[in-house]
Amino acid sequence: MPADRAPAKGTNGNIIRIRWIRRSSQAIFLILFITLIYLTEFSFTSIKGPDEVITPSPWLNLFFNTDPLSGLTTGLASWIVYGSLLLGLIILVGTIFFARFFCGWICPLGTLNQLCSSFSSERESRRVVRLIESNKYHRYQGWKYYILFGLVALALLGSVQAGLFDPITIAGRSFGLVVIPALNAALTGLANALSGSSVGFISLIGAGIFKIASGTLIYFKQPHFQGIFWLALIFFSILLANRVFTRFWCRGLCPLGALLGILSRYSIFGLHKDNEKCNDCNLCLLNCQGGDDPHGSVPHRRTECHLCLNCKAACPENALSFRFQANMKLYKAKPDLTTRRTVIASIAGLAALPIIRSGESFAREHPFVRPPGSLIEEDFLKRCIRCGQCMKICPTNALQPALLETGWEGIFTPVLTAQIGYCEHYCTLCGQICPTGAISKLDTKTKIGDAETPPTKIGTAFFDRGRCLPWAFGITCIVCEEWCPTSPKAIWLEEAEVVDQNGEIRNIKLPHIDPEKCTGCGACEYVCPVTGKPGVYITSAGETRDPNRSLLLRKKK
Amino acid sequence: MSNEKIQRREFISLTGKAALMAVAFGGGGYLLSRNEYAPPRLHSLIHDGDRSSPADSAYPDVAAVRSVDHAKATAVAIGLIGGIGRFISKGDIVTIKPNIGWDRTPAQGANTNPELVKSVARQCLEAGARRVTITDVPCNEARFTFVRSGISGAAKEIGIDLIMPEQRHFVRADLGGEILGEWPVLRHFLETDKLINMPVVKHHNLTQATIGMKNWYGVLGGPRNRLHQKIDISIADLSSYFRPTLIIIDATRVMVRNGPVGGSLSDVEIRDTVIASTDQVAADSYACGFLNLAPDSLGYIADGAKRGLGKISGYSLVERDAG
Repeated sequence: MPADRAPAKGTNGNIIRIRWIRRSSQAIFLILFITLIYLTEFSFTSIKGPDEVITPSPWLNLFFNTDPLSGLTTGLASWIVYGSLLLGLIILVGTIFFARFFCGWICPLGTLNQLCSSFSSERESRRVVRLIESNKYHRYQGWKYYILFGLVALALLGSVQAGLFDPITIAGRSFGLVVIPALNAALTGLANALSGSSVGFISLIGAGIFKIASGTLIYFKQPHFQGIFWLALIFFSILLANRVFTRFWCRGLCPLGALLGILSRYSIFGLHKDNEKCNDCNLCLLNCQGGDDPHGSVPHRRTECHLCLNCKAACPENALSFRFQANMKLYKAKPDLTTRRTVIASIAGLAALPIIRSGESFAREHPFVRPPGSLIEEDFLKRCIRCGQCMKICPTNALQPALLETGWEGIFTPVLTAQIGYCEHYCTLCGQICPTGAISKLDTKTKIGDAETPPTKIGTAFFDRGRCLPWAFGITCIVCEEWCPTSPKAIWLEEAEVVDQNGEIRNIKLPHIDPEKCTGCGACEYVCPVTGKPGVYITSAGETRDPNRSLLLRKKK
Repeated sequence: MSNEKIQRREFISLTGKAALMAVAFGGGGYLLSRNEYAPPRLHSLIHDGDRSSPADSAYPDVAAVRSVDHAKATAVAIGLIGGIGRFISKGDIVTIKPNIGWDRTPAQGANTNPELVKSVARQCLEAGARRVTITDVPCNEARFTFVRSGISGAAKEIGIDLIMPEQRHFVRADLGGEILGEWPVLRHFLETDKLINMPVVKHHNLTQATIGMKNWYGVLGGPRNRLHQKIDISIADLSSYFRPTLIIIDATRVMVRNGPVGGSLSDVEIRDTVIASTDQVAADSYACGFLNLAPDSLGYIADGAKRGLGKISGYSLVERDAG
């Protein structure tokens, strides 16, 4: 970078050192973020004894808990700031004093965007001209505020869609559901290929990789997620956009950056320009991350500045400084917004919800199954930020990101797919990890029930008698009954005589569901030996979370 | 190049390389070409699961010991059929196969009592075993099951290997049975000198009882949920292939209903008994009594006896109460 080679005059040596602190901070937070997502896996939870309840470490949600956008939108939607989401105030209060330090020093997606930001051109002079032009403030940087207004308006009406645009949840989903599973597959594939080799020392290398990486870098089980293509497409599009505009996502689209930008208008710390010293060399612009106009004779846009300190480090004339209580007249504290567009964006947000909700998905019965402890759908959508933590920690890989099966409002929310995995009887990890309470924390008794308490039903199983082996073909099976985890079992057997294709009578056990006892865990669907489409399957019928969807007519206690 | 004409040396070099390339592709393609698709076999098949002990008329076929001290009951029962020294020699690799099928606590009786497993593993080490491995292919999520069953705590306590099965741990074995041919088997059950079967007695709706022979389901990977269609034959097939050195049956807590998973303490009867045997069929036949079943009413036991795997009746038995 040319700035690194710029002559250091006066205090510039000092600022270069501070800039290294900023880089270290970014590196540490990015590594910490990825590590925490990586550790959000069943193998790393604390389970020691037979009777212990398994709990994930509260640190795993550090970034999601301190994300003010999640706190704000779920708070506005449900009027409850759940769990540790209040920690977002740390970032908000910090922003009031120090402006968007979060974007330049902490945000993992911001750091990735910065790493991916670079231009190439066959001639250095052309590259510089392009870069300077690109790094000046552009109108598109106002979009993020309108996105924020739209999301806040939606949240006020009770639909939290912030998670789709929030950089923390995007990074969480992308690493948890795409990057880490893909790396896991790559490493396992490599080790498998090597250890399958007939050449002795190559197979030793493969075995060595397994020996070292099993249980650490290679997960116990390869995770699989549906719709990984869309998640990857969004993630890599955000990263690739940096090749056209430096930090396009951060500058133009990020609603969290917009929230922090609005708050930074009160900040008492920021860039101060000495216009008399400036000779318009534009070296500051070459290295600007935020697109906040650090160069001479235009007001600095404080709401856009990421406090990366690159401009100051690049300035050969020592015309720039970061200081407290800079002259208020020399910078623009407010984002560049028009009232008309603000109103339009808010109205668009307000109007989007009725449009979504008057769609067919709110009139039609849906079969999708939510994780155990999920709030009733309406409240669930007020809380779920689609961070992917529940899917990541689910030990059976049962929780999958929804695409359109839960309607447009529920994209990337968790659904239980029993053909991939079932809900483990004693497991309550999804509710324990959920940072926003969309899935509530269940204790074992509430989940599986006991003599007095009914269990938490996520649905009910049904036999497809045209496919179930005993029902359809008179073939002995009942693997479902064997696996049924409730006691007494929710699958009961009818001893019956059936006629086979040769007209001979066979004695066979025909399975039936007891809808009172069935919890909808999906173990039966998971183990059903009928390939292609199972002979027994679960739907959300009778789920506990929605009293209007109970299957059986029962007087409430 | 000094002029437009190609040099002789260059010409030879170029045509030589082209010829080599042509031979490589053509020859390679020719060598790999087949008229039908036959996938390459990655693992050579393993053919032997027999780890049975030689018969010795000095000892009874089955020994059953009752004691509230389960470790003591185990030691006494093994003692009655000759002591661990009869089965384990110095330097042996031993694999113990408890039933660790379900995510249940020891008190719920769905898995083998960890006290028994610990006691047997310790005796093997004392008898000079080089390595003792405990493993099973559970039905429920392995990481839950191994911990909640108490087995992983037991293994840690005495410092021996507990293998949680992963995909790469399976090899294909030709079981050579009536319906079971080539199946993926957890390699630890094949790559071992001695094999100890440590089942638990419990109710099962299809076979009536899960004891020792049914416990062999847990060595298999692959789509074993398909085996239920011919459950008795498949169990007899597995028992014909896998012949254990020693069988220790856990009848301390017997699940009498809602098997094989249970879940409620009311499904369990306390019987405080440990059975030791060298005869798979005799051991299962005796253990049927805990569920009030006649051995010949269980298809796989009857089939096993017919195949000559052991005695369904007329086996020598010693019962003892060790207090």
